[in-house]
Amino acid sequence: MKRFIEYLVEGALKISGSITSITILLIIIFLFKEGSGLFKNPVVEEGYVLTVNRDNPVEHITSFQIKEIYDENITNWKELGGIDSPILVFRFGDLENYFSPEELGQEYENIPQCLNTLINREKNIIAFFPELYLPKDFSGKQIAKEKISPVDFFGGKEWYPTAQPAAQFGLIPLLLGTLWVSIGAILLALPFGISVAIYMAELASKQMRSILKPLIELLAGIPSVVFGFFGLVIIVPLVQKTFNLPVGETALSGSIVLAIMALPTIITVAEDALKNTPRAMKEASLALGATQWQTIYKVVIPYSISGITSAIVLGVGRAIGETMAVLMVTGNAAIIPHTLLEPVRTIPATIAAELGEAPSGGAHYQALFALGAILFLITLILSISVEYISNKKNK
Amino acid sequence: MAPQLMQESVGSRKRLTQKIAFILFRFFSLSIVAILFAILFFIIKNGIGVINWDFLSKAPQEGMTSGGIFPAIVGTLCLVIGSCLFSFPIGIMSGIYMNEYAKNGKLISFIRIMTNNLSGVPSVVFGLFGMSLFVNFLGFGDSIIAGSLTLGLMSLPLVIRTTEEALKSIDNSFREGSLALGATQLETIRKVILPMALPNIITGLILSIGRVSGETAPILFTAVAYFLPQLPTSIFDQVMALPYHLYVISTSGTDIEASRGMAYGTALVLIFIVLILNLIANMIRKHFTDKNKI
Repeated sequence: MKRFIEYLVEGALKISGSITSITILLIIIFLFKEGSGLFKNPVVEEGYVLTVNRDNPVEHITSFQIKEIYDENITNWKELGGIDSPILVFRFGDLENYFSPEELGQEYENIPQCLNTLINREKNIIAFFPELYLPKDFSGKQIAKEKISPVDFFGGKEWYPTAQPAAQFGLIPLLLGTLWVSIGAILLALPFGISVAIYMAELASKQMRSILKPLIELLAGIPSVVFGFFGLVIIVPLVQKTFNLPVGETALSGSIVLAIMALPTIITVAEDALKNTPRAMKEASLALGATQWQTIYKVVIPYSISGITSAIVLGVGRAIGETMAVLMVTGNAAIIPHTLLEPVRTIPATIAAELGEAPSGGAHYQALFALGAILFLITLILSISVEYISNKKNK
Repeated sequence: MAPQLMQESVGSRKRLTQKIAFILFRFFSLSIVAILFAILFFIIKNGIGVINWDFLSKAPQEGMTSGGIFPAIVGTLCLVIGSCLFSFPIGIMSGIYMNEYAKNGKLISFIRIMTNNLSGVPSVVFGLFGMSLFVNFLGFGDSIIAGSLTLGLMSLPLVIRTTEEALKSIDNSFREGSLALGATQLETIRKVILPMALPNIITGLILSIGRVSGETAPILFTAVAYFLPQLPTSIFDQVMALPYHLYVISTSGTDIEASRGMAYGTALVLIFIVLILNLIANMIRKHFTDKNKI
């Protein structure tokens, strides 16, 4: 009986032990399943068609070009490899400009017929309308029937998930936004973090340490929304005033808030690494006549460099994944940033801000899961590299 | 070592560099303390005037510009309790397995890598995952249970690591002594190892409660509602939550300026929770380290 219970308990413990691995596996399955669904969506919004005149030589048109046409940035078919003539942009709502209510019919039953006539008549038209009204004997040409390609996603320079007729799911501006904010944060946090770690590991008295340690723990415990709120009411106006900007919600504001948030991670990990320096090495250095400072930067820091690197990587990971605080202070403009003083939008902030509005199962929804998968991969790579760095040292 | 003796023997330039470096380190350390106090002071100063019994016991009124945050407090409490019910037993058991049972070095290092990876996963990814698994796939809908499970999964690595470290700090002679007296491994763990490790485990658990109560992104799509007039009645109900409430009223309320006071108050309550939990954790830690010394 006793043996049996022992086995039972050991089994239960074993199952619990595997839970983190199972969770990781489930995260991968669910995120990637939803995320890869994005590439099964058509370029043109689901349920709609994009058509041109039968004689139009243009066969292939990218998602981005469609958007440019409808934004009237591309106005001539020549730019798309067609003949030299202006593009006539047609949206479904324009129908009444071309046909009288009588022609459209009382119950709008003649709409498919009218569309057919119109597209036949206008050589330079590009028409966007619901698939429902696609004429049965359609004599025009349907274009851009292909699915969203990975190139559109990974190489796309625009993020307009609600744009019509072709939503833009470009990763580049969000990825760059995330990198700008995170790199800024780490550059700000690094001198502070490493200095405090050295101070705590090498210089501070026991008493001082017992004060600093709980305070840093407290800083780590402050919720990210509170940091965001603090950033919103203090740092954002400060940045705006200091640099004389139209808005204070910039990448820099995000970096400052994130730097404060990443500090506890950097300090704790780096301090642990510094403390692991063997006492004998330090004493040998001091005995050879080196000052305490020389010992720190010639012996202690080189010895613990891998731990310090881990601290930096973990700090970057923390910064890249941080959501709420960044969402609140960076302005969330999905444009490719050129300086730290522009509003940016990060990957986590995009997910948090848009998932609530994206219809479940739609392209936008799946694109947000694809972003989540990317984010997951980035942090996974960072975690594994930390593992690699510390393993290398142990050998 | 005798620093004075040593310093006399080195050049004054070296001493100067050292002095400058150390002053810098001290300055940076103090400035971090200053930043922490600035945040605390700023929230407390602006929030303290808002806090009164009505604020803590009433629902929000007039588009979040007056009234209180009672439903959000209740919601956060539900979510925290729910997540602890999930993560504490499983996390502690997992920690025990890793430190006391697992013998296969490769398996342990694999689990440890996975645990580390999980702790690096951003909170918003947990939100996405919780939404697709608990809300949609298992059909819980936006609910306390979906939010709790998501938060629980997120806090697992912290609980596991805390337990493992607490167990690791116990000298092997206790295990050997107990086993030598004829106790089984389970008895040894239950009667010798766990009681000794408990203070450290509890300290870690309390700190993890603090983390969980302030998380927003994981519950954003799994549990919270913008405004609910009534309190939840079952674990399948949506709730309001303090961190989400703060986010909403400070960024997208009906009248952001008018609800600023409410925002300060909510931020103060959140900070207060974290402060208290940290204080308790430190008291436990101090109490038991003092006791162990004697």
